[in-house]
Amino acid sequence: MIRIKCPYCGERDHSEFTYGGDASVEYPALDASVSDWTKAIFFRENIRGNQKETWHHTNGCRLWLEVERSTITHEIKSVKACHPQIDKITKNNS
Amino acid sequence: MTSIRIKNYGKINKDKVIKFTWDNKEYSGYEGDSLASALLANDIRIVGRSFKYHRPRGVMSCGVEESGALVTVGSGSKRDPNVRATTQELYSGLNASGQNAFPSVNFDFGGINNYLGRFFAAGFYYKTFMGLPPFEWGKGTGIWMVFEKIIRKAAGMGKASREPDPDSYEHANDFCDVLVVGSGPAGVAAAQEAANQNLNVILIEQDSLLGGNNLAEKAFDSSLLQKQLESKGIRVMSRTTAFGVYDNTVVGALERVTDHLSNPNTFLPRQRFRTIRAKYIILASGALERHIAFNNNDIPGVMTANASRQYLNRYGVLTGKKIVITTNNDSVYQTAIELHEAGSKVTVLDSRKNIKIDLPKEIEIHLETLPFSINGSRKIESLDVCKTSDKTNKNTIICDQVLVSGGWSPIVNLVSHRGIKPVWNEENLCFVPGEIKENITVVGSAKGIWNNEDCIQSGIVGANEAMNSLGVSKKTISHLSVGGWSNPINALFEVKSNKFPSKSFIDFQHDVTAEDVRLAHREGFVSVEHLKRYTTLGMANDQGKMGNIIGLSLMAEQLDKTIPEVGTTVFRPPYTPVPIGALTGRNVDKHFRPLRVTPMHQWNIDHGAKMIDVGLYQRPWYYPKKNETLSDAYIREATIVRKTVGICDVTSLGKIAIQGPDATELVNRIYTNPFAKLPIGKARYGIMLRDDGIVMDDGTSWRLGENEYFMTTSTAAAAKVMSWLEELLQTRWTDLKVNVTSVSEQWAGAAIAGPKSRDVLNECVLDPNKITNEKLPFMGVLQTKLKDGTPCRVVRISFSGELAYEMYIESDYAHGMMDILWENAQKYEGCLYGLEALGALRVEKGHVTAAELDGRVTIDDAGLGKMASTKKSYIGSAMRKRGVMGADDRDMLVGFYPLNEKETFNAGTIVCEKNNIHGQGVGRITSVTHSPELGHWIGIGFVKGGLEKWKDVTLVGADPVRDKQMEIKVVSPHMVDPEGKRMYA
Ligand SMILES: [Zn+2]
Repeated sequence: MIRIKCPYCGERDHSEFTYGGDASVEYPALDASVSDWTKAIFFRENIRGNQKETWHHTNGCRLWLEVERSTITHEIKSVKACHPQIDKITKNNS
Repeated sequence: MTSIRIKNYGKINKDKVIKFTWDNKEYSGYEGDSLASALLANDIRIVGRSFKYHRPRGVMSCGVEESGALVTVGSGSKRDPNVRATTQELYSGLNASGQNAFPSVNFDFGGINNYLGRFFAAGFYYKTFMGLPPFEWGKGTGIWMVFEKIIRKAAGMGKASREPDPDSYEHANDFCDVLVVGSGPAGVAAAQEAANQNLNVILIEQDSLLGGNNLAEKAFDSSLLQKQLESKGIRVMSRTTAFGVYDNTVVGALERVTDHLSNPNTFLPRQRFRTIRAKYIILASGALERHIAFNNNDIPGVMTANASRQYLNRYGVLTGKKIVITTNNDSVYQTAIELHEAGSKVTVLDSRKNIKIDLPKEIEIHLETLPFSINGSRKIESLDVCKTSDKTNKNTIICDQVLVSGGWSPIVNLVSHRGIKPVWNEENLCFVPGEIKENITVVGSAKGIWNNEDCIQSGIVGANEAMNSLGVSKKTISHLSVGGWSNPINALFEVKSNKFPSKSFIDFQHDVTAEDVRLAHREGFVSVEHLKRYTTLGMANDQGKMGNIIGLSLMAEQLDKTIPEVGTTVFRPPYTPVPIGALTGRNVDKHFRPLRVTPMHQWNIDHGAKMIDVGLYQRPWYYPKKNETLSDAYIREATIVRKTVGICDVTSLGKIAIQGPDATELVNRIYTNPFAKLPIGKARYGIMLRDDGIVMDDGTSWRLGENEYFMTTSTAAAAKVMSWLEELLQTRWTDLKVNVTSVSEQWAGAAIAGPKSRDVLNECVLDPNKITNEKLPFMGVLQTKLKDGTPCRVVRISFSGELAYEMYIESDYAHGMMDILWENAQKYEGCLYGLEALGALRVEKGHVTAAELDGRVTIDDAGLGKMASTKKSYIGSAMRKRGVMGADDRDMLVGFYPLNEKETFNAGTIVCEKNNIHGQGVGRITSVTHSPELGHWIGIGFVKGGLEKWKDVTLVGADPVRDKQMEIKVVSPHMVDPEGKRMYA
């Protein structure tokens, strides 16, 4: 079972979280072109190794987290809040 | 075999006699017995019948690897099949019986299969079920059809109860620094060493007693060990099996709480499924002794050598009088000595030469000697033996038991769960765990370390590894080397027989013989995974614990490869079977999924509502009067709404409070239609798209203040929309100053719909002059008070197409709101209406819901294209017309009428052209209802090209599932009051 160290709640089972998607995607502006949006939505690397992904602490504090996870071993290298200000606050408090 | 209970042996309590039933006859044993030891003590030899051939089978081991003594325990709803008699503790009143036999294991008609053996060879089922011509003496598959019934009935194991499981199960969660699996010498040493460093340690043991293989030592005291461990603060969990190891050093374990009790307290669960989250795992899971394949090696009385020692020293049962032990390694000699001391005549056959062993002179030993074939069918009469150099020249030894030891296999199953491949150790002829890169280590015989002292040292090393990893010590680690026997083992997996069909079993549970492996090879199965599936080797509930290695060695021989070249199959959880009930725990019946009810749930029921499940919610379906059917009731309800007024619980809609200086900006970015200039006190219907331009949800947002909105979503998408807004604000638009809060539970809502709805509302609120067409126009929002002073929110909004409102109130006041609404609605001959009437009213209006917005539909497909702003950018605006999504032959929303107005149709009907009723047709009907307004059935759905293309064409609604077809025509989805006059009235 994957265990995720939520910066707000502590280490919890993955069943409390919902997987989001690729955290490395930079979403284009709303008025960007179809090709920019197509790239952002449909094209994904199939990474063998460490991958940045978003997880939502749905049954917890409801923070969206950026999780760096190895797709080979499921080992989690790092977890932080996606929102930069929340990230700052949780880091200061830890 | 003649097995007897003997004096001065065993850790059983001989003062406490326990009565139990075997095959309807009463026997007795002692407290501390297993069912197997009690059966052996009563000299019951035949306890099972084999899977395919119905050969008599006896007790073959003393633990979880048991492949012979599989029995059924209990009866009725508590009947539990395929229980290993070797691990079932004896209790007073235990009722066990043999299985897979008629009338009994002792005399079984199915035994005839033994003589039809050649028809049951490997791949038998595959070949015959494919319809290949069967047997030489038959013609075609006809004869097989006759045999199939008989064989299918005869092949199989115990039968599960067909009744609901009466037992309760629990889930439990544990956390610790170090989890030690197994309480043998290595596990105990590891646990103690870790506990000495004040680490939080859990030790789990599948057996009822601690000690592992120490339980085979005469002088060993298990309860003393238990006390010592507990005094160090170690949490000891016996009767608990670690069945799987998962990511993040999490272990799944099954605790058998009451399976050993005659009258357990009713508050106790039968079993507990434990999730143990450890920081470090030390696996001291031990090793299993292997069998040797030779002819008739399954006759009752054949057993692993160490098992016999366990029966002697743990249970005080001497399993034979004239015992032949056949081996290729040193591990049997202590057993030989002890069996001799206990009074048996012991002969040892060792396949090796030049070995040094000190034995009492009464024990005969024959070197370079192999077991060849057992004589006897229901019991062992004698054993034919031969020299390794000359298999044609045989001697016969009279005996009643044959003990075998073909070497030992470390239990690498749990490490294998982590995807770590075992490594073949040629010197010790066994697989040992491969390199582990996470917080797990393996100690003791699970690592191929054979001697007690070495195992203890290995346990200490393992604890040091754990402490180093956890940062509490920095010790130098020096691993012990694999092995430890003074004379090396030699390879002995099979003694080939010249008899055909050979009955040299390698997988006893599935009746797989050495010949089956060779047959599979001849037929081209060269991969070990294919071999496994073709022969079913290792696929019974013992998962090949006894036979896998022999099977591999035979395959290697056929392929002319080494065992590591052939490889091993991957072990997957569970290590031993886990009942589904334990996995389910308490999540059964009402607890299978949570039930959501609205705050007026009881009010609805009190007022006669029949309820229906909608997702997790229960909502009013219809409110029948007297003998009304569903159809009578919803047609009446919908008619009254169009005529006067109806009240409906709409609380299940999702509700989100959106607050902050950038609230308007957020709302404007997520809806397709403009929200930037929505005035305070007005609401707007809006459509949300996904990034890819497909419709996500529809709903309303009301502007309550400069920086505050109240959003409603559909019931189905409530949770999804909430998560979506949080994702946007936390990951993409982190500069927006806005907060979203789910208030779905905080507000109760009711729809008041129909031409008299304004009159009803005015009777309910404190200031009746407020609700007029001018002061509360269509889409107007009003924060006001009910007559009794309770604050409420009213919006003029319509799903039914009538003049209609929704009223929201704090959830605690829901009953009061419904009372006052209903009291006044009755004055206007109104009604309460449920989901069915709601559906009828919205289908008449062509309003879409989740049935239409199924994740494939664009805003244009749904006929709502004019709600997509061209003046602003929003989520999905770039993508909504990309490629095929802009094509003009897309499936578009339309209405459907049956051509013959008396006909009905169902949702799911496929719309086809008249001369081409085929495949996916040209469209589909998604929602249907009887229309009280129009007096016939109507539907909405989608058709390629939309109304324009099919306006005057007769199409066919095909419903192959219900074997129905009807002629239909395509109409506008706005079937009632298309101009919307009533809504604005
Ligand atoms: Zn959290």
